[in-house]
Amino acid sequence: MSKALSRHSDAQTIPVSFILNGRPQEMEVEPHELLLDVIRERLGLTGVKRSCDVQVCGACTLLVDGRPVSACTTLAFEVRGRSVLTIEGLAEDGKLHPLQEAFIEHGGFQCGFCTPGMILAAKALLDENPNPSEDELKHFMHGNICRCTGYKKIIESIMAAAKKMRSSGH
Amino acid sequence: MLRRFRLEEPGSVKEVSELLGRFGESAKIYAGGTELLLAMKEGLIQYERLIDVKGVKGLNEIKIENGAISIGALCTHRQLESSSVLQQKLPALVKLEQNVANVRVREVGTMGGNLCFAEPHADPGTLLIALGAKMVTEKASGKREIAAEEFFVDAYETCLEPDEVLTEIQVPIAGANSSAAYLKFGYLERPSVGVAVALTLDQVEKSLADVKIAVGCAGPAPKRVLEAEAMLRGKSIEEARGAIAKAGEVAARAAQAISDLHGSQEYKEHIVGVLLKRSLHSALSQC
Repeated sequence: MSKALSRHSDAQTIPVSFILNGRPQEMEVEPHELLLDVIRERLGLTGVKRSCDVQVCGACTLLVDGRPVSACTTLAFEVRGRSVLTIEGLAEDGKLHPLQEAFIEHGGFQCGFCTPGMILAAKALLDENPNPSEDELKHFMHGNICRCTGYKKIIESIMAAAKKMRSSGH
Repeated sequence: MLRRFRLEEPGSVKEVSELLGRFGESAKIYAGGTELLLAMKEGLIQYERLIDVKGVKGLNEIKIENGAISIGALCTHRQLESSSVLQQKLPALVKLEQNVANVRVREVGTMGGNLCFAEPHADPGTLLIALGAKMVTEKASGKREIAAEEFFVDAYETCLEPDEVLTEIQVPIAGANSSAAYLKFGYLERPSVGVAVALTLDQVEKSLADVKIAVGCAGPAPKRVLEAEAMLRGKSIEEARGAIAKAGEVAARAAQAISDLHGSQEYKEHIVGVLLKRSLHSALSQC
């Protein structure tokens, strides 16, 4: 570790072992380190975005044990022994996830800043409810904000992915 | 960005209370962190130490015990919205929980944290007051029970002593012909006004045998409105519907609404009246 990155001399460190995108990850964190900073700055996975920083917008959504959390307001040590999925880990063997395909096919994004969070939140929804009504979808996703699309294309994308996933048994 | 702090991970309520006693105002209990960490990131408050209470066993259960519904302080909003016990016994709380903030906040935010942080724009306190809930607390010298309506003192302030820990919320099981409703209004992330009504109907007399009303979010802390309750208690359903506008005015004054980003005082007072009327209607329709 370079001197610039070295830790505060009497800093408390917490060993953290977790599964990141299917692979074991071991590191030490300080109590105040945020999951968002650890994933972006220390592990270099920049799909997760810092935006509102107050758990309102959903751009920093990650899945921890399959459930959506705001990485901007999650302490990194909290993922000890748990499984973290970022957008980088969603495609399998070079094949995009049906949600990713549907967002491309149905134009579910414009600038793309909210998209990793949108897709991960949608995955959490479809994993627990493979056949949501549009109202259920809107209720679950209302904490993910998009400033470009007006949501119509996003809803279309998720509904299309849901249909495809049901028929393919994904 | 967060400033550096130390983390304590006690395994029992007794240890939590001892740590609070030892470190005083330089330490704070941390559970879901959904509100605490926001305030710390903004630099509004700083602590040298956070006491993570999630390792304390037995505080995340929802069960029926001694004729009351017992909710562990560490239950997350997600647990509450999907609890079969609550779906059966307390549907008004389930509906409230389904609409707390967003799915990510509900995933980690806890009932105990929500109540103890006492952010004025929060939902559960208002309904718990109308339901006649009790807060069960513990510290080294013993336990006590606090009526929900006594718990909230001011914005971000409860009656908890510095080394006292909220462990459980007890909600009495409503008898037959009882129901409750909580309605809120807001166009920002947090609610601007919340109103709760809990009532018991006398099916023979077609009257309100009992009614409890609480208002929240508009002012510094959720409040029970005894004066508005008295205007409806014992009245026939028709009389109660007739008196609801006046009761709404009383409840609006009791809410101690302030003018802020959520709206003017006058606007919020109007909304209290509208929500009181609608929540009475909603509760009556479920009896």
